[in-house]
Amino acid sequence: MTAKEKETKRSKQQNVEISGSEAVIRSLIEEGTEIIFGYPGGQIMPVYDALYDYRNALRHILTRHEQGAVHAAQGYARATGKTGVCLVTSGPGATNLITGIADAMIDSTPLVCITGQVASPLLGSDAFQESDIVGISMPITKWNYQITSPDEIPSTIAKAFYIAATGRPGPVLIDITKNAQTGKFKYKYAKCHKIRSYIPEFPVNKEKLNQAADLINSAKKPYLIYGQGVHLSGAEKELKQFIEKTGIPAAGTLLGLSALKTNHPLNMGMLGMHGNYGPNIKTNECDVLIAVGMRFDDRVTGNLKTYAKQAKVIHIEIDPAEINKNVKSDIALLGDAKRILKLLHLLAEKKKHLSWVNEFKDAHEIEMKKVISSDLNPETLGIGMAEVVNKVSELTNSSAVIVSDVGQNQMAAARYSKFTTSRSHITSGGLGTMGFGLPAAMGAKLGIPDREVVLFVGDGGLQMTIQEFGTIAQEKVPVKIVVLNNRFLGMVRQWQELFFEKRYSFTEILSPDFVKVAAAYGIPGQLITKRKDLNKALQTMLESKGPYLIEVMVEKEDNIFPMIPAGASVSDILLCINDIKSSN
Amino acid sequence: MKQEYIISAYSENHIGLLNRITIVFTRRKVNIESITASESAIKGIFKLTIVVNDEKEKVVNITKQIEKQVDILKAFYYTNEEMIFQEIALYKVPTKALMETDQLEKMIRQHNARILEITPEYTVIEKTGHKNETQELFNGLTEYGVLQFIRSGRVAITRSPIEKLSEFLIQRDALLAKS
Ligand SMILES: Cc1ncc(C[n+]2csc(CCOP(=O)(O)OP(=O)(O)O)c2C)c(N)n1
Repeated sequence: MTAKEKETKRSKQQNVEISGSEAVIRSLIEEGTEIIFGYPGGQIMPVYDALYDYRNALRHILTRHEQGAVHAAQGYARATGKTGVCLVTSGPGATNLITGIADAMIDSTPLVCITGQVASPLLGSDAFQESDIVGISMPITKWNYQITSPDEIPSTIAKAFYIAATGRPGPVLIDITKNAQTGKFKYKYAKCHKIRSYIPEFPVNKEKLNQAADLINSAKKPYLIYGQGVHLSGAEKELKQFIEKTGIPAAGTLLGLSALKTNHPLNMGMLGMHGNYGPNIKTNECDVLIAVGMRFDDRVTGNLKTYAKQAKVIHIEIDPAEINKNVKSDIALLGDAKRILKLLHLLAEKKKHLSWVNEFKDAHEIEMKKVISSDLNPETLGIGMAEVVNKVSELTNSSAVIVSDVGQNQMAAARYSKFTTSRSHITSGGLGTMGFGLPAAMGAKLGIPDREVVLFVGDGGLQMTIQEFGTIAQEKVPVKIVVLNNRFLGMVRQWQELFFEKRYSFTEILSPDFVKVAAAYGIPGQLITKRKDLNKALQTMLESKGPYLIEVMVEKEDNIFPMIPAGASVSDILLCINDIKSSN
Repeated sequence: MKQEYIISAYSENHIGLLNRITIVFTRRKVNIESITASESAIKGIFKLTIVVNDEKEKVVNITKQIEKQVDILKAFYYTNEEMIFQEIALYKVPTKALMETDQLEKMIRQHNARILEITPEYTVIEKTGHKNETQELFNGLTEYGVLQFIRSGRVAITRSPIEKLSEFLIQRDALLAKS
């Protein structure tokens, strides 16, 4: 026991006063925090000083930018299901978190962000590095609070963890003034289990449950679509059992992917703008649509006026504000997906919808012919993104956690990765944040060191947070980085090609030699320009013990298909470029 | 169809909450016609009364978004018919006008308004009522020169005999006790 630890023990016993800063650290430990992602500065220094004494109990990862810290915390949270924690200073440190907080809010990721603040007598005086982070972050946090006195620290942190992780999870921000960090008080910790004005989950409505079951039992063409809510409530097993009993075909949203095995016979693929053909068109043909833990994002629904109009909609959702927000439901089942699916399972009749399921398979055949087979075996000289993703999936037996950035790389990763385990697909869905991938992959790997974590990232997105190579190298985080370099901001270029007459306005991007940049940080890697070298290089990457980077020069003007043009109906999904020309 | 709705929200008393609530409206480009915050009959609980003019669907969604805020206990929306509501208006007119004619005094009486203060320079008149009523008096007074005018946000109370929040709090306490 170190002297400090002895003293802590004594202070616990004797109820001695400790500083607010120490209280922050001890509260985090009480909440089971194992790792913090952060960056120090003037107004958070007392907390960093306290952390020094607890560095054996609480691992701190010094990122190279606060945005890196928050995305890493998101990756950690998404991979582990635990709450991610960030610690940064006031002003610019705090504002650098904003993108990640907004991202976590829209993707329902539990985060506790702690920011330092100027001393309370200086609040509102435009003091050095003062920013109104509570005001700034209000629309993008589930809850936030400014602490101005040390004795508020334990109860506020307890409340923060409770709010972040329960109900529909989300980011919470706590701003702590410097005087609250340095002041002393008698520390006592109690976890938060209830808040009068906040009920994370409502009791299940039995009557509606029966109505839903009747609807499902009498359906001819029932169809289930699942979102991240399945991961968040841990309902993977219940989902599988429910569709197996009822014979209902299912498809996932981008964030729902991996909640159900890709190869499950009833898993029909991915929904959305670049999702699979069958899952999209069948939305407008089913008679009962069961939406589980998803929020009908416009990237999934396309034009709402023509979305699933023929279907009776059952919406299983924990957040009351999501009910009827975008799509009107005939029956809304408010509550935790796991509990509701369990109950529905009991009421559902055993069925097989063979001919209906076959309709999906026919659609898949069409997509196979028109898109997938040429994506996987391109006749071009240049390498395609899809074949790289597919190869990684093969070489890892589809067991890796796939992290992606945003753009074509993201869609290729989502379309061509196969998943066998839950929580294996991490990407920025709702906000679509370029630069998310690298730090998120690092955070994920730190949270689940026993699993392989592979990142797919574009040449554009990588350069938005490329400085995190430094963190990866310093902390020796063995993430595998696959840069898909098309020398373009690919996804924007695709839109320019399809909808702006190939006017490539500022999407051609010159990049550094990524292998050399990685090498400068001490991360080994290889550049691949020929198809014949790909397999071996990926094997080398996967066999290496530490972090590793592969830069693949991919086809410059490759496109991601199918595609539902923005604002079009899900039935009007296009399978190839000629479809667009003929529809114009 | 757009129509006037009264949103009534009960909250814990926290700094910044009003900001959070107004963000819900600004994000959706919904104009707040008036907003009033005050203590409720229940100790420690504040009540916000917000008037908007919009489509029902939008108002329903906004009410849910308000209720979603952690420190909000409950939010309801009502049509005007479901509530008794009043606003208060204050008018300042030159006292000279009052002295020169008895028309002004008559108008004050007709509108059930009352005089709060008279000085040699100005007279302050008070009227409570619906907006159209306070507006009508304003229109009448303009002839005599209105020096200043102010109208408050709406205060409203339901016509229903039960206080929804009390019922709600009983249920909530039961729910919390169970968990
Ligand atoms: C921070 C941010 N800025 C801009 C965009 C808009 N955007 C979406 S995809 C994309 C291109 C991404 O290019 P790259 O990273 O090279 O990936 P690719 O599409 O080529 O795989 C851009 C600019 C975004 N999503 N995020």
